[in-house]
Amino acid sequence: MDLADLLEIKEKELRTRKPIRLRCCLAAGCMSSNGQAVKDSLDKAVQEAGLADEVEVRGVGCMRLCCEGPLVAVDPAGILYQKVAPEDAASIVAALKGGETQVSRGDLNHPFFTKQMSIVLENSGEIDPERIESYIAADGYQALNDALVEMEPKEVIDAILKSGLRGRGGAGYPTGLKWATVAKMQSPKKYVICNADEGDPGAFMDRSVLESDPHRLLEGMAIAAYAVGADQGFIYVRAEYPLAISRLQTAIKQAKQHGLLGSGVLEAAFTFNVEIRIGAGAFVCGEETALMASIEGERGTPRPRPPFPAERGLYASPTLINNVETFANVPSIVRKGAEWFAGIGTEKSKGTKVFALAGKITNTGLIEVPMGTSLRTIVEEMGAGAPDGNQVKAVQTGGPSGGCVPASELDTPVDYESLQQLGSIMGSGGMIVMDQTTNMVDVARFFMDFCMDESCGKCIPCRAGTVQLHALLDRILRRQATARDLGLLEELCDLVKHTSLCGLGQTAPNPVLSTLRFFRNEYLELLQPEIGAPAGPGNAPKPDANPTR
Amino acid sequence: MPVRTLTIDGKPVSAVEGQTVLDAAQDAGITIPTLCHLDGVSDVGACRLCLVEVTGVSRLLPACVTKVTEGMEVRTESERLKRYRRMILELLFAERNHVCAVCVSNGRCELQNLAVAQGMDHVRFAYRFPPYEVDITHRMFGMDHNRCVLCSRCVRVCWFIEGAATKNVAGRGAGARIITDLSQPWGKSETCTSCGKCVQACPTGAKFHKGSTVAEMERDRSRLEFIVTAREKKQWIV
Ligand SMILES: Cc1cc2nc3c(=O)[nH]c(=O)nc-3n(C[C@H](O)[C@H](O)[C@H](O)COP(=O)(O)O)c2cc1C
Ligand code: SF4
Ligand code: SF4
Ligand code: SF4
Ligand code: FES
Ligand code: FES
Repeated sequence: MDLADLLEIKEKELRTRKPIRLRCCLAAGCMSSNGQAVKDSLDKAVQEAGLADEVEVRGVGCMRLCCEGPLVAVDPAGILYQKVAPEDAASIVAALKGGETQVSRGDLNHPFFTKQMSIVLENSGEIDPERIESYIAADGYQALNDALVEMEPKEVIDAILKSGLRGRGGAGYPTGLKWATVAKMQSPKKYVICNADEGDPGAFMDRSVLESDPHRLLEGMAIAAYAVGADQGFIYVRAEYPLAISRLQTAIKQAKQHGLLGSGVLEAAFTFNVEIRIGAGAFVCGEETALMASIEGERGTPRPRPPFPAERGLYASPTLINNVETFANVPSIVRKGAEWFAGIGTEKSKGTKVFALAGKITNTGLIEVPMGTSLRTIVEEMGAGAPDGNQVKAVQTGGPSGGCVPASELDTPVDYESLQQLGSIMGSGGMIVMDQTTNMVDVARFFMDFCMDESCGKCIPCRAGTVQLHALLDRILRRQATARDLGLLEELCDLVKHTSLCGLGQTAPNPVLSTLRFFRNEYLELLQPEIGAPAGPGNAPKPDANPTR
Repeated sequence: MPVRTLTIDGKPVSAVEGQTVLDAAQDAGITIPTLCHLDGVSDVGACRLCLVEVTGVSRLLPACVTKVTEGMEVRTESERLKRYRRMILELLFAERNHVCAVCVSNGRCELQNLAVAQGMDHVRFAYRFPPYEVDITHRMFGMDHNRCVLCSRCVRVCWFIEGAATKNVAGRGAGARIITDLSQPWGKSETCTSCGKCVQACPTGAKFHKGSTVAEMERDRSRLEFIVTAREKKQWIV
């Protein structure tokens, strides 16, 4: 396999393409509402209508507007059918030839679609994730070829550095810098790991990439491996993602058969093998040191850093670990150039970010927007606000490690620094919208419950601290707490944040701290007066109290 | 051996490259509170009692796993550190059932000593009172989960010094607990050599010699040192 072969596959794929294409979403969202049956009945309807020569039905990945699934798109007519049932197949096929159909259509001119900018998701919903030819036809693996044939490893790293790409797994560490560190390490063995553990409640960006465009990830990892000098890769996926796992397995097999993985990749002196490791569903295994312990078959608990994985990672060898979305950006950067990528986004946050919009929002689904897009654009324009005429009250980003941004701050641009200033974080891309029916103390308790359950139990502040934080929040919600309890809550947040061993504990207080910052009143309203204490916030004497008694 | 000079609490200290801040402090006669650390076994940095402040580093660093660097300025005492240490101890006392008055380790317990040293004289958090059992199935030793602080010292001596790999941690979060083999009664263990190292290693009344009654459980830590030195330096301490 070399560039000529790639181009030949691409050319053949495009040549055999039929004039009319029905793209059916077969990602987990639409599959869960019967998407497979819709595709099967469309296949059958096309046969029955005798249109098999003209029309092809293709399973594709996520088309973003998951809440309206199952979705079916028609090319080149530019129609998006939503909430399609298997019984609708005949009328949809009839409509291709001037017939009528009652199936509702999505508005492709809605900001939900027009304000998106696709890099990571460029093939999602377009190509068939189970066929490598489909990816190659979309110029897949050409970036890997460019890197192997035309670039030195150092040039690849320079390109990633110059692009300004930062880690999409949460912390936003500059990706090029991480690669350069691993590349510098002298070691006969190095590893590349893709973190696909995605444990944040409400987040499904990485899952969609895996289900919709698995080869993009493999290509990104292969380029990374070439750049840092690794020959073995692992993808750590959570077991709750069976479809993603099966598509990855298919992709790895196809890539090997085509000489795009294994030894002598694209006829270059470069070997790279990828294996899948399945996580057993612990959130903490998304933390890089715990993840590596888990791959090694150990108990998945974090260990103190330094040493960082780049110096001493998997099996004590230098290891590059990046998030799914981080790797998925790489082929585009190599193919289109660092300058192109650096031209998108803000000064310090380059490129785009994928968000999973969920919660009290009209349009639930996946969006990819340039960094710096305001939360208002995302929530009010693209997401079309809260349903049933309710008001958006806050937006939660960063999952259990993040915070709640109040509606008054919706003009904040999404970039790493701005969100951090508001006490939240970019996180991996979960975005949960809340309306006025949501009680913020309850939200804080929900996330604390999650952290308490998911703490690995190794360090005391996180293991015992989250339990006590949860108990205090619970006490406040049951209206049994006083101002003193609130003080203790704040003191304990400070402890857990600054003394925990890993990111789970260090960020677990964030949902509490950010709701205290913006919605302190909701806490104060629940407090009870301290017996015998002077009046103060939350301590005001009850109106019916008799001071003379 | 390259030497590094640093200051700990303003005092100039010289240390060997590769030494931890905790080692260097101990050599210089400076006490840093520890709980999960045990001389001779690998460190895990889990209890967070040994956190110290280092100039130029915004995070607090665990002294037991932080290597010395040239010119490092370490502070082991500050109001903030004291507050954190006290609160960590409060969390431990509230977590399980530490009823010192009826504990085999009363008066000889590292947890108790830490509380005294750090001035932790009361607990502001709600006691959890979890229902834990006592395993006295082993011929010689007992394990009282009510007193366990999950420091994992017993696990590490059992794995890395005795090499029996009998003890382990199961479960996560507040549900984490020390198990024997695949969570069997200790007396049924086929891997335990009854060496007693885990009992010597335990900082609290969680592991004890059977037959010890209140305040009677004395440990002989020199036994561990003997084995470690014998193994690592091939010297037999007499
Ligand atoms: C508790 C915890 C959970 C995490 N979960 C994930 C995860 O699910 N996916 C992920 O990519 N990174 C996760 N991370 C971040 C990783 O430790 C690591 O920073 C990241 O994979 C690095 O990749 P990046 O530089 O591409 O962002 C988690 C971190 C913590 C502390
Ligand atoms: S282990 Fe120590 S602190 Fe716990 S009950 Fe026994 S003596 Fe008290
Ligand atoms: S007695 Fe020895 S072998 Fe048995 S559990 Fe304790 S340390 Fe391990
Ligand atoms: S039994 Fe003792 S040594 Fe083992 S974890 Fe519990 S407190 Fe630590
Ligand atoms: S899963 Fe079908 S559109 Fe997202
Ligand atoms: S002694 Fe350093 S963390 Fe426990």
